[in-house]
Amino acid sequence: MLSETILEMKDISKSFPGVKALDSVDFKLRKGEIHALMGENGAGKSTLIKVITGVYGKDAGLITLQGESIHFKAPEEAQNKGIGTVYQEIMLCPNLTVAENMFIGRSHSLVVNWKQMNEKAAQLLDSLGIPASPVQELTSCSLAVQQMIAIARAVDMDCKILILDEPTSSLDEDEVHKLFKLMRELKARGVGIIFITHFLEQVFEISDRITVLRNGKLVGEYETTSLSQIELISKMLGNVLEDITKIQKHEPIVSDTSIPVFEGIGLSSAAGVRPFNFVIQRGEVNGFAGLLGSGRSESARAIFAADKVTGGEVRMKGKSVKIKTPLHAIKQGIGYLPEDRKGDGIIDDLSVRDNIILTLQVMKGFFKPFSLKQAETFAEEYIKKLNIKTPTPDTPIKSLSGGNQQKVILARWLLTNPEFLILDEPTRGIDVGTKVEIQKLVIKLANNGMSLTFISSEIDEMIRTCSRLIVMKDREIVGELKGTELTETEVMNVIAQGGKNPCLN
Amino acid sequence: MASVNVFKPKARLSNSNILFLIAAVIFVVMYLFAIISFPNSFMQFQTFFDLFNLNAPLIIMTLGLCIVMIGGGIDISIGAVCGLVTMACAVFLESKMGSIGGAVLVALGIGVAFGILQGYLIAYLEIQPFIITLSGLFLAQGLLTTLHKDPINVTMPAFVGLRDFDIVIAWLGTRNRLGVFIPSEIKLGTVIVVVLLVILASLMKWSRFGRNVYAVGGNSHSAMMLGINVKRTIFITYVLSGLTAGIAGFVYIMTTGAGNVGNAAGAEMKAIASAIIGGTLLNGGVGNLLGAPIGTLTLLVINELIRAAGVQSNFQAMVSGLLLYFFIVLQSVIMSLRDRRRFGIALPPWLRLSGKEQTVGQGES
Amino acid sequence: MPKLIKHFSHLVLPVSVMTLLIIINLIKGADYFRITMVNGAFYGNIPNILFGASELVILSIGMTLVTAASRGQDISIGVSATITSAVFVQYVLQAGEVTLLTIVVGFLLSCVIGLLLGAFNGTLVSVFKVQPMVASLILFTGGRSIAFMIDGKLSPILANDISNQIGTVIPGVPIQTPIILTVVFIALVAVLFKTTNLRLYVETVGINPNAARLNGINPKKIIFLTFLIMGICTAVAGFIAVNKAGRHDSVNLLKLIMMDAILAVAIGGNSLIGGKFSITGAIIGAYTIEMLNRTLLRLEIEPATIKVFKAVFIIILMVLSSPVVRVFMKKALDRFRSWRLSISQPKENALSTTNIAEKKEE
Repeated sequence: MLSETILEMKDISKSFPGVKALDSVDFKLRKGEIHALMGENGAGKSTLIKVITGVYGKDAGLITLQGESIHFKAPEEAQNKGIGTVYQEIMLCPNLTVAENMFIGRSHSLVVNWKQMNEKAAQLLDSLGIPASPVQELTSCSLAVQQMIAIARAVDMDCKILILDEPTSSLDEDEVHKLFKLMRELKARGVGIIFITHFLEQVFEISDRITVLRNGKLVGEYETTSLSQIELISKMLGNVLEDITKIQKHEPIVSDTSIPVFEGIGLSSAAGVRPFNFVIQRGEVNGFAGLLGSGRSESARAIFAADKVTGGEVRMKGKSVKIKTPLHAIKQGIGYLPEDRKGDGIIDDLSVRDNIILTLQVMKGFFKPFSLKQAETFAEEYIKKLNIKTPTPDTPIKSLSGGNQQKVILARWLLTNPEFLILDEPTRGIDVGTKVEIQKLVIKLANNGMSLTFISSEIDEMIRTCSRLIVMKDREIVGELKGTELTETEVMNVIAQGGKNPCLN
Repeated sequence: MASVNVFKPKARLSNSNILFLIAAVIFVVMYLFAIISFPNSFMQFQTFFDLFNLNAPLIIMTLGLCIVMIGGGIDISIGAVCGLVTMACAVFLESKMGSIGGAVLVALGIGVAFGILQGYLIAYLEIQPFIITLSGLFLAQGLLTTLHKDPINVTMPAFVGLRDFDIVIAWLGTRNRLGVFIPSEIKLGTVIVVVLLVILASLMKWSRFGRNVYAVGGNSHSAMMLGINVKRTIFITYVLSGLTAGIAGFVYIMTTGAGNVGNAAGAEMKAIASAIIGGTLLNGGVGNLLGAPIGTLTLLVINELIRAAGVQSNFQAMVSGLLLYFFIVLQSVIMSLRDRRRFGIALPPWLRLSGKEQTVGQGES
Repeated sequence: MPKLIKHFSHLVLPVSVMTLLIIINLIKGADYFRITMVNGAFYGNIPNILFGASELVILSIGMTLVTAASRGQDISIGVSATITSAVFVQYVLQAGEVTLLTIVVGFLLSCVIGLLLGAFNGTLVSVFKVQPMVASLILFTGGRSIAFMIDGKLSPILANDISNQIGTVIPGVPIQTPIILTVVFIALVAVLFKTTNLRLYVETVGINPNAARLNGINPKKIIFLTFLIMGICTAVAGFIAVNKAGRHDSVNLLKLIMMDAILAVAIGGNSLIGGKFSITGAIIGAYTIEMLNRTLLRLEIEPATIKVFKAVFIIILMVLSSPVVRVFMKKALDRFRSWRLSISQPKENALSTTNIAEKKEE
């Protein structure tokens, strides 16, 4: 294949206080190709993207766009030069209308022509099959629709380069297919697409070339066809691959007469999950499986009373208890690691130490603060146990990488010594190495008698760790799988057959 | 999360519009109440016009403040800048080279200068707006007392003529007790209010800049990623607010005809209250400029009502406080009702907005 | 030692400002620190600052907590203090003979009123999710007329010996009473922080209320609590202020003090949008503001112009501590270092270092 290069980056370096995020990285994007940018978290993918789009300035190196040396100082300049970007977090304004979000910051006319804008937006939404009206406020759209709108905006810009930074993490399969169709059309038109994702299948399905980064350094550039999945993973990781296959599932000894650790009957919450029953035995690992929006997180949150409880009965070890707030749940020995690490988990300005002791401190009480020495001891113990990489326990948690932040939150819950721990997407958006560590930890904890509920969007992870899967669809439980039924295809079958409506959400 | 497959052709009312509508409805109801309770004063058109005639500066300041607040900032220097402008104009007009055109330039110049200074420090140096505009307030007050400490009555004939100039609406008026027809009169300040309202409201609704302000106020980081020059947008909002404070100062002296140390003192808090009643949220991103005069007038009508009822004037402040309380709680309840999905507040079924009500209105187009 | 410096890094700004002010004052006259004994009590520049800043210091403590937890400011503090002190004055005036007990009961009564006012603002902020500044705008607008109604007339006079002693000095004690009261209050706050998790809870709520809730902290309760503490602060400040003044002026008592209190919080190195906070910083900030006011007076700047100097001073301070300027200065420092390096090294090296510096700049 012979095609011209549109974007070339040479010897790009970028440092943040204490970290070298990019270390003389080269990157080359050709016309009409889909180029996957792969690497663990903290490998420097997002930093590289932000250097291209001018969110960060580079410390050293050269960027040429179609032979012309460029240096953007703000995203608007990149946009004007034909670089469209869709970020993992939705970068749109919630208080504007859908149409405005698609066109704001792009027009050079001083006056806004509402009628024309709405018409153009309606056409675009129609052609991409996005179920939204141009005049509705963005907040009234679901997250997936918002992401599609962000993509529509980038697509409409007639850009030469389209950057998609994990756009699929909030999309369901149907929407992902729509997106891929669109990407192929754009590719045919000669647009160069940079695609970042954590889903390996997607990479092999759509990309032509793969560039792998590791620890801020370039590993190499490869033709997708010349690489197998295993090879790709080993390039991303270095050599921790065999660890994954070593994970040994723990099968709890469950007799029908034993009293479950937690038993919920008819649980429901304001987040809108249908009343459901849930049981977990001592030392059991189970999980909620289902597509995004199926209600798997909502169910977990309902158990922990993270959303307002609207009904249901709870028994802990056979005794009826009241769980109306997270504090009740914590006092009953339930822990919950939230799905949204940034929004619900970390206290970003506080130190690693304070983040670790937080929940235990709350359990101990407002009037009984730990001494600094006690707190230090706890923090150091768990930093060691979970191998958390932080300069000191006093470092603010926000300066840690995603995986290490997640480990701090885990430490926080392990310190409270819960009987029942719910892990809602603990492996999301973190590097593969840490993913493996966390899965191993889950098994180890279960072996020690802890009950765990493990939720992940990657079904193979759940199959590897859980002995029982509760399958959800449309906010309802549609099936339960255990033993030999635990295969990826079986989970898919249950999802496909269960429920009454075709699943769109 | 609402299901995606239900396609709604009609958009629900935006937050900006619903808060504005509430303010407008309450104002109309209150004015009707005033007319019914005190027909002989509130039935007169002149009473209505006087609300504008006497309070034009406050309305103008509120307009500028609303723009800043929609952009997510705050400007508490406006009252002091307005006061400084009145004194500067008075001193200038009483000096030998005084002229009305010059005074206008002085007013606009001072306002814009404050706007540029504060806007630069807030937008480009990223300093907290409250502290900077607080310093602006001190600066303006200090300059005011440095400039002149005693009241100055402007006696320049041309200016006195301008001050006393009324636009008489011959066909609109009321008969007094003797049956003599008194036509309604409008001051120049009122005209300026109307003109500014039209210009600024259009600016916010139909110009690229105006929509950028909403975007920045809604989520400044996203706005930057969408390719909006956030710093420049914020900078301009403060310049506009300074400009309106300058204009308000000139209108002030055109109404009272005197420069005084106490002019427009504390007006910033009144303006903030007016903006909030008019449906502009302090968080940014939500607001409608048409709400600015509505908010100001609501506050004023309440005060007029109290005066008409002959209650001790000291109660005015208390009732204003109560009114503010009512509006703030009402807005809070409405916003949480609308956002209940996000905050997870469970409502009993009889309080829930039905789907029908949600799709009322045609949105912004 | 470096650890200690790091621990107190947030105090660099207020302490250096204070040092600067002291230097200016010493240049103006070397007798700045001189303390004289008048009628058995200490007087002088420093005691005067400590005396004058009492109310501001107390209110700044409350303001810091409110700011940290609720990410906004309470602008009704001066008005609230006026209401609480009005109740105090009325109680004392109606109690025929004034004994220490009367004063104490009156003070406790005013504390109850302070708690009620704090609860009013706190409810709006925590339950109704109103921005603190907007919520407190209500009391700010209507509060002084409530105080006037409690007074029943303009400026009731508080003429009794005990009040006088609280406002000035107690015979036999060399330090002015408001200073002692402030120190006692600060000590109580320190004890509060030592014996409770207030800091951890407030910071957690201020930084991430969602996470706080999921970890068993009720953000509403914590925000409400900070407003209650603020209520106590206003009652104490009102008590000191009215005893200092000797009469209750419902129109002007502690007028606009919220501006100085917010400023104290900011000068103390605290973010006005909540999160981590430093009470020590705010206290130093409050004293710095009082010192600034008195320095301007001491420099014999015309009273009319004082506010201009104050404004310019604050602006310069804020510019110096702004994130943008800090980054810029750091870069300048780096370049200065590499420039110095290039001088001390051989010529070829020098060339390459400057090249790098230039590259960085572009």
